[in-house]
Amino acid sequence: MNNPFVALVPLAPLAVVGRVFLAFLANLGRVSIFTGKSLSAVVTPPFYWRLCLQQTMTIGYYSLPVVGMTALFTGAVLALQIYLGSSRFGAESAVPNIVVVGLTRELGPVLAGLMLGGRVGAAIAAELGTMKVTEQLDALITLQTNPFRYLVVPRLVAATITTPILVLVADIIGVMGGYLVGIHQLGFNSTVYLKNTYDFMEPMDVASGLVKAAVFGFLIALMGCYHGFNSRGGAQGVGKATTDAVVSSLILILIANYLVTTAFFDQ
Amino acid sequence: MTGNFTAPPRLEIIDVHKSFGPKIVLNGLNLALAKGESIVVIGGSGTGKSVMLKCVLGLLHPEQGQIRIDGEDTVNLRGADHERILTKFGMLFQSAALFDSLTVWENVAFGLIEGAGMEREQARAIAVDKLSKVGMGKDMAEADPAGLSGGMRKRVGLARAIATEPDIIFFDEPTTGLDPIMGDVINNLITECVQDLGATTLTISHDMSSARTIANRVAMLYDGRIIWAGGVDQIDHCENEFVDQFIHGREEGPFALEVS
Repeated sequence: MNNPFVALVPLAPLAVVGRVFLAFLANLGRVSIFTGKSLSAVVTPPFYWRLCLQQTMTIGYYSLPVVGMTALFTGAVLALQIYLGSSRFGAESAVPNIVVVGLTRELGPVLAGLMLGGRVGAAIAAELGTMKVTEQLDALITLQTNPFRYLVVPRLVAATITTPILVLVADIIGVMGGYLVGIHQLGFNSTVYLKNTYDFMEPMDVASGLVKAAVFGFLIALMGCYHGFNSRGGAQGVGKATTDAVVSSLILILIANYLVTTAFFDQ
Repeated sequence: MTGNFTAPPRLEIIDVHKSFGPKIVLNGLNLALAKGESIVVIGGSGTGKSVMLKCVLGLLHPEQGQIRIDGEDTVNLRGADHERILTKFGMLFQSAALFDSLTVWENVAFGLIEGAGMEREQARAIAVDKLSKVGMGKDMAEADPAGLSGGMRKRVGLARAIATEPDIIFFDEPTTGLDPIMGDVINNLITECVQDLGATTLTISHDMSSARTIANRVAMLYDGRIIWAGGVDQIDHCENEFVDQFIHGREEGPFALEVS
């Protein structure tokens, strides 16, 4: 018996690659359509201001402790590590300069983004996923309410606006963390440390970090909403949506971080 | 409840087909409801009852066929046009689908506030009135839906479904998950509320006791189409073997052959 498909067996791995690639494109298409619908809902009435304010509290205010703690200890460790490294070639005085640049440009927005990706992204996906599997999204539609305007827009707007504010606070707390270690543990003069910090910091350092934060906030809310809206089944489906939302938002944050950094500082 | 069978149908489902991949769920479904009529669609699990309801509500889009509301084909309506049709509908979901982030009265008033743009105070008064119609006092208005029993959630869902006084009300398994007494309470509440409004209703259910209380006509959905329809008083004497097996809950019969 001559099976004509036997000749195709060596191509099987390529078929797998093809399937994976097609699945990736299909997902990209679905996310793009979801993003388009969300952005269209952002600029078309009705606007649910009360919900936007509510989400600003949930996403921004209640995330302050976790972001603040992260920034405080990151700033402290950063000062310590830079001191240990720079002392090998007698450049200890660079500690305040590197701490402030490192925090405002990179560690502040990225670590705050990662913490928010875990806290906020998971919460949004779990809440909307539960609404999906308990038919609450269908109920919204039957009550003549567009779920994109009612659920997605407030979360997107709140996350995009509050994440830069959180990062600004994180920058200040992080620099304070470095300052405390510098003064009490590394023996820096308080005035000199603060003057070096202030003199070395440029507006663009802070601005780039805040732009990154806005992009990260948007991505976190978008992934939370997308995976929540597309959850299936019961508790397991909601759990998977939550995991997918966190993983995808964290990966997108790292990719977006590179792209925004390139846009700002590429010579 | 009696329907006006001389007027054009309030809801008409014409040759509707719906598939999910290779799985054909609705296969040429036809059904018509006269104004004021109350029909219960019965059928086994997975026969497409919920899909039919979602197609009528515009939550799913059939590949073929028409769904006419007061003569207007709604299958291709989107956005504001779809929302205009939805103002004619009320819906009681199987799980009640109450919004956990809102209080009981806010759930009932949701369609009035967000859909019809009514002031909150006015909507609250209507919500409290509707809650009293389903046997829930003012003290329950501020309650959290998560703390309610299954029967109470259904009552709140029913109050929400009738709050905007819609022309057509859909009930998805209204008594599923309730004890027989609470099921009877819900059936009677549905009958009373619908009579008060003069609404047309489409109910999907497994519960024959519910069908006998609510319906003036029963239809059986099988294999993606209606295989029998008739008055509720005819159901015990119909010669359709699927209906006969279903209403008597027997293992032996054409359904059992499929399972084996």
